[in-house]
Amino acid sequence: MLNCKQTSQLISQSLDRSLTLRERFALRLHLLVCKYCKQFSQHLQTLRVAIKTMVDSVETDHTIEMPTAAKKRIADLLSAKRT
Amino acid sequence: MHDWLNQHGDYLYRFALARLRDPHQAEDVVQETFLAAIKSPSFAEQSAPRTWLTGILKHKIIDIMRKSVREIAASDLMDDEDANMDDFFNEKGHWTDKPQAWGMPTDALEQKQFLGVLQTCMDKLPAKSAQLFLMRDVQETDNEEICKELNISATNAWVMLYRARMGLRKCLEINWIGA
Repeated sequence: MLNCKQTSQLISQSLDRSLTLRERFALRLHLLVCKYCKQFSQHLQTLRVAIKTMVDSVETDHTIEMPTAAKKRIADLLSAKRT
Repeated sequence: MHDWLNQHGDYLYRFALARLRDPHQAEDVVQETFLAAIKSPSFAEQSAPRTWLTGILKHKIIDIMRKSVREIAASDLMDDEDANMDDFFNEKGHWTDKPQAWGMPTDALEQKQFLGVLQTCMDKLPAKSAQLFLMRDVQETDNEEICKELNISATNAWVMLYRARMGLRKCLEINWIGA
């Protein structure tokens, strides 16, 4: 039987690779009896969705602009390249 | 190219900032993107410049992450798979702080607060772990591809991602009052 530490590692890895049949079985068995690992699993799912939302919110936040100095620097570099 | 800088510069900057979380790195990588673009023989033929520029930017971001992760791998973080996990589990492998049910944000305001807490928690992660984590969970870069790109073993990637998730989850549990 897996302990919670091993289970949490498998849950995390299940987001990154396909678990083997044996691992999936062991995981399911542990989750049946352990509400904390089940909670943990839900948290990782939530985290994944929330992270995407967070990145989208920065990407679409039109109040965030590249600093003027940086824009000018890039513009100057581009002009220099062209000549 | 100057028109593109005006039209797409801010977007590319936000794209980079969201992933690298460092304004200076974001500026630099956008600069490199434009310099690479102007050197490209095909730039004049691009009909969808934003998509094209974003593609270049993505590669540049991965380059930065590759460097970062090389540094993590070299540091003591990778010494021992069990390092730093003592805070989370006792010697029998049981949770020391048992994960609790979170009250999830129900309206726009709470959602905003939740994202604020998440930002703060991301800031507390080592910058490099945060970047790797974003690369996996946001770009949805295939794990195999991450390992190839970053030149690390699959096991190392899982360990790094596991640690990043453990740290973030704990931080959210402590700081998200909705819990």
